[in-house]
Order: sequence, then structure tokens, then C-alpha cells
Amino acid sequence: MTIQDPKTASEIASHVEEPSQAELKAPRRSALMALGWARENLFSSAPNTLLTVLAVALLVWAVPPLLDWVLLKATFLGADPQACRDAGGACWSFIEVKHRFILFGLYPHDEHWRPLLAMGLFLSAIAISCDPRFWNLRILAVWGAALPLCGLLMWGGLFGLSFVGNDKWGGLPLTLILATLGIVLAFPLSVLLALGRRSDMPAIRAICVGYIETVRGVPLVSVLFMASIMFPLFLPEGMTIDKLLRAQLGIMLFTAAYLAEAVRGGLQALPKGQYEAADALGLSYWQKMGLIILPQALRLVIPPIVNQFISCFKDTSLVIIIGLYDLLTTAKTALSDPLWRPFYIESYVFAAFIYFLFCFFMSRYSQYLEKRLNAGLKR
Amino acid sequence: MSQDAPKTPWWNDQGNRAILYQVLVVGAVVLVGWYLISNTLANLAARNIATGFGFLGREAGFAIGESPIAFDPADSYAKAILVGLLNTLIVAVLGVALSTVIGTIVGIARLSGNWLVARLATLYVETLRNIPVLLQLLFWYALITEGLPAARQAFNPLPGVFLSNRGLKLPTPDWGGTEWAVLAALLLSVLGAMLLARWARRRQAETGQSFPSGWAGLGLILSLPLLVWLLGGAPVAMQVPELKGFNFEGGTTVSPEFAALLTGLTLYTASFIAEIVRSGILAVSPGQTEAALALGLRRGQVLRLVVLPQALRVIIPPLTSQYLNLTKNSSLAVAIGYPDLVSVSNTTINQTGQAIEGVALLMAVYLAVSLGISVFMNWYDKKTALVGR
Repeated sequence: MTIQDPKTASEIASHVEEPSQAELKAPRRSALMALGWARENLFSSAPNTLLTVLAVALLVWAVPPLLDWVLLKATFLGADPQACRDAGGACWSFIEVKHRFILFGLYPHDEHWRPLLAMGLFLSAIAISCDPRFWNLRILAVWGAALPLCGLLMWGGLFGLSFVGNDKWGGLPLTLILATLGIVLAFPLSVLLALGRRSDMPAIRAICVGYIETVRGVPLVSVLFMASIMFPLFLPEGMTIDKLLRAQLGIMLFTAAYLAEAVRGGLQALPKGQYEAADALGLSYWQKMGLIILPQALRLVIPPIVNQFISCFKDTSLVIIIGLYDLLTTAKTALSDPLWRPFYIESYVFAAFIYFLFCFFMSRYSQYLEKRLNAGLKR
Repeated sequence: MSQDAPKTPWWNDQGNRAILYQVLVVGAVVLVGWYLISNTLANLAARNIATGFGFLGREAGFAIGESPIAFDPADSYAKAILVGLLNTLIVAVLGVALSTVIGTIVGIARLSGNWLVARLATLYVETLRNIPVLLQLLFWYALITEGLPAARQAFNPLPGVFLSNRGLKLPTPDWGGTEWAVLAALLLSVLGAMLLARWARRRQAETGQSFPSGWAGLGLILSLPLLVWLLGGAPVAMQVPELKGFNFEGGTTVSPEFAALLTGLTLYTASFIAEIVRSGILAVSPGQTEAALALGLRRGQVLRLVVLPQALRVIIPPLTSQYLNLTKNSSLAVAIGYPDLVSVSNTTINQTGQAIEGVALLMAVYLAVSLGISVFMNWYDKKTALVGR
């Protein structure tokens, strides 16, 4: 197998000293060009040709049955389970019947516009946070406005909205809340942990290292177990703690350890001169960190934070184990209806597609950020 | 120093302040810990829950679906937890090995000059790593238990091999003890081949004479077990699984839970390993390949002797964290009912009510396993690291 040269023409061109119009115009496509392209990319040598043949064989074996299942033999709107089974393909009417439950869980059916609106608000807040112009204190204002509004929409109880307890929350809004609050709440803690790990004071460093390494060494499942079984025992007599809050705290404590390592990476990446210059100006520790170090270090770690958000988003699916109705749990519970039980693939594909959309676009965003942040370093 | 330099008062001295801060922080941590522990003790006393690890010696009273060592409900909780740990380790070791192989192949395929192969590998990576691993596990489990036919209509791809919703049934050799001798011979010959390769490398470094250690090792690995098998009388008897009633009897079983867990974890982790391998290979500058080709090395030699040793240095640290992730993700087995450490601990907690001890034990074991993997990978990393003069 040959290994492609990573340098593309434009990358090489960017190393040319003066701004040149070195980019060649894309040649006109023609049948002959296509043939040449195929020869270069598919049939350049005997092993390469063999690989192409194998890959084509794989496609021929896999694609037609898949296409049959997804489209040609599938049943769409309004089909009942029997019609689906007779057709033999995917039963997309399952999604039609169950999508409300999968998306919103046990939330009262007539009030579904509320979680939908809350989700819209949440997504707008996330989208605004992605804009570099908001990477300052303004972001606090955005979230400070969005979160209470979302809470009002979800809980209700004011302005004529009926009250919906958070044991009824479920589906995609719950997944979004757990993931986003997990990161947002973990962030301040992770900054403190990262600073503590880089501190000169041995006792503080030991506490922070102990916390970070312990949490990173155990699976999230065990942290969630701890949250769901042990938190109630920690509290004084008569005080109870809500199941959702317990899971949220568990996710937050878990995420904080991973985020702390990302932040520490940013702190270490700053040149030493920044620290020394701040000291030379006579700034106190918190002035040094707050005014000089953190504003630069946190900018550097935005891509790893986005990556952490992606894995936090995927990890929230684990709350199925402690019985919360997140997107995965609702997709699984939708199958407990005996009529629709055989259509598990449709249900999981639907949930997987939603997860995929979020994670894929966030990872693209993170790649874009990395390029953007490195733009100043590349010449 | 001039004599009348202003003396720093003791409360402004940096060293004293550091001590003060540390005392305050440690004090706060201890205070919070003491508060939580006293609450917990009060709660436990109020609910009449015993404390301590005395329950480990008591009879477990539950059966475990699959176990590498014999386990009986009359055995102790400690043994049940050991069985859980062994099940976790089996999945972790197999998963690490398989995902490394698949991940390396996919990672190299993503860099392939073949357009179609590169696109397929990209599709694989982008799809699998953006879907939660738990969803993938549930999907595979549902596919095996609901999608495969019942035992009576089992697929029979090879004689003696049956694939049904009861799992995969394989025939086992029934050679009256000879199979263990053959296995031992196989292990011995692999060890011999490794020693041979090491000797050949050392001799080549010292004298320049090369030795076909690859072919010799392969010959050793093939011939020694064959020789033992022939000496044992060349037995061919096999214990073939047979359909009795609604299930198979005889042979070995790969349970649906194990198969789903291993498939899901392997395919998910392989997509991450593929990215790591790809970036590792891209990190080796093309000049290295060109220089090696100019020295007259063949393509395979360039990859094996020049590119991979350098790429490994970039690959190993992130690879270690993927291995750790896979091991920790194996705890998701609890969602599909494979009796791993978490699932057994969960049963134990539910039966004894001793949540704190159960969770503490669980975390301690995972920490020990994680630490073991880290230590091994750090040793390997040091071994492959660039040796400066």
C-alpha cells in the first residue's frame, strides 16, 4: 500500500515566499480526464488494482441489500406493523409513531412545544458560544439569559405554564442539558484543579493530582453508581437529592477531571516568559492568572474543550444505567411496545443519527478552530 | 543588602503564606470529608446497614452466566467479584488486541493512494466514532438476540460451527490431554521465535551478517506444535455441538452478550486507533521515506525499519489512553448483561446493601487495572523512545 504525500499543492504553494498565483486553474473535466484519474487513483499498480477490486466487491455485496432495506422495500408514512413486516424493509412509520416519545420522553404530550423551544434556545446559545466574538464575558450574559429561560420552559409553574417535574423530562432535551451543564459547571472546577496541579504548594498539588488521577482511572459507570447510590447517604437526615441532579453532579465531577488536564495542557503551552513578565510587574498570583495567563491559555484549549464536549455528549447515554430517560433510553424503551418490538434497528438508527449529527458537526467545528488558532503560527 | 532594608512582616512572607494556604485548604477538605462521613455513618446506623468488608467471605447465592473459572452460587462474594474481574480482563485483552489490528489497518487504509479504499476507511472512522459506544453495544446485542435465527434454524457456515440467537457454538478438540501439550508447544515456539529474532538482530548489529529470522521463526512456530501433535498420536476427535431440544450441547460457546460487547468495543475503539495511527504516520517527515528509499531499502523495509519506529513514538501515548478507555468502557457490559466486574458488583451491592464498600472496591480494582496498563505502556514507550547520547 502506498502512502500519500501529505503535502498538497496549495500547502507547498503557501511556502513560496511571495504571494503568487501558483494555484493552477482546475482543468476541465472530460471522459479522458476521468480515465486518467481512475488510472492514477484506482489502478496505479497490481496491488492497488486488487484493492480496488476487493473494495468494489464489498460495495456490490453491501450496498444493494442496504438500499433495498432503507428505501426500496421500506414502508413510510402510515403503515402498521403488519404492513411493515410484509414489505420486508425498514419500517420508517415506526419513527412516525414513536418520534415524539424518543425525542421528548415522558414529557406531557400537549406540552411538547416547551422542550422544543427550550432545545432551540439551548442550541442557539451553543451556536453563539461557537462565535469567537463572544469568547469573553459576554458569553456569561448569553448563558445567564438562556439557562433561566430554559428552566422556566421546562419546569413551568409560572405565567400560566403547568408545572412539569424533572422526573418527567426526557429524550434529546435531557441529553443536551446533561452534556451542556456537565461542561459548563465542570469548567470553573477544572480551572481550579489545573491551577492546583501546577501549584508550588505540595499539599494542594497532591490533592488535585489525587482527584484528577482517581477520576480518570475509573469508568464513568462507577462514578454514576456512586452518584446514584452514595450521594443520598452523604446528606444529613431528612434531606433528599433529586435523581437528575445526582446524575448531573456525577457527570460534572467526572468531566472536571478530564477538562482539568486539557486546561493544564494550555497552561504548560504558554511560554515561561509570560509567567516571569507577570511576576516582574509585581502582580499577585490571582492577578497574574486572571489577567495574563488564563486569558491566553484558555484560548489555546478551546479545541480540546470542544472535543471534551463531544465525548461528554456521547457519555450522557450512560445514564440509562441509573434509569434516566435520555435519548438512548427513550429509543430503547420505545421498543418495549410489543407491536413495534421487531423494529429495533430503525429505533437505534434514528437515535444514532441524532447523536451523529451533533458529534460530527462539533468535531468539524473543532477542526476548523484548530486551523484558525494555528493560522498565526503557520507562514 | 543595606542594613535598613524594610523587614517583611511574617504574615507577608511568601513561605509562611504558602503554609497558611495549604493548612486552610487541607483543613477544608478534611472538614468536608468528615462532615460527609459522619452523615454517612449516621444514615447507615439509621438504616441498619452493616459496614466493613466482612460480607466478602459470605455465600454469594447468585449464579454467574459465564465464567473462566468454576463458580457456584455457594461460593463467596469475593470469588464472585474475582470472576467479574476475570471476565472484564478477558474482554479488555481481546478488545485491545483486535482493535489495534483493525485500527492499524483502517488507519493505513485512510492514507492509501487508492481513492476508494481511503474513502471507505474515512466513512468507517467518521461513522463509528460519532455514535455513543453504549448505543452500538445495544445495537449489536439486539442484532444478535433478535436478528439471528433460533437455535433450530441456526446458520451453519462451517461444519460444526453454529450461529444462532444463543450465540456462536464452536467445536472443541477432544484429544485426551494432547491439546494442552500442543498449546504449550505453540507458546514455547512463539517464545523461541522471539528469542531467535532478538539474537539475529544483535548479531546483525555486531557483525553485519543477516539471518532470515522471520522465516526461521515461522518454521519453528509451525513445526513444533505439529511435531507434538504427531507424537501424541495425531488425534482428530472433535467435540461437536449438537442440537438438543432448544439449545446446543457440547463444544464451546461464545455468548451473545460477550460477542456484542467485544464487537462493539472493538469497532468503536478501532475508529479512534485508526486516527492515531494515521496522524502518527503523517508525523514522520517524507524526507525519511525518501532517504530510506535512496539507501536502497524496499517499500516494506522502509515501513518496518524507518517509518514505523518513528511513528510509534507519536502513536504510543494516545494509544495508551485508548487502551485505558476500552478497559473502562468494558464496564458498559452491565447494560447488556455480561457478568463483568461492574455487573457482579452491582448484584453484590443490591444483595448486601453495602453500597460504599461495593463502589469503593469497584473503583479500587479499576484504578489498579488502569495503573497496570499505564505502567506497562510507559515502559514500552521508554523502550521505543529516542535514545540520545
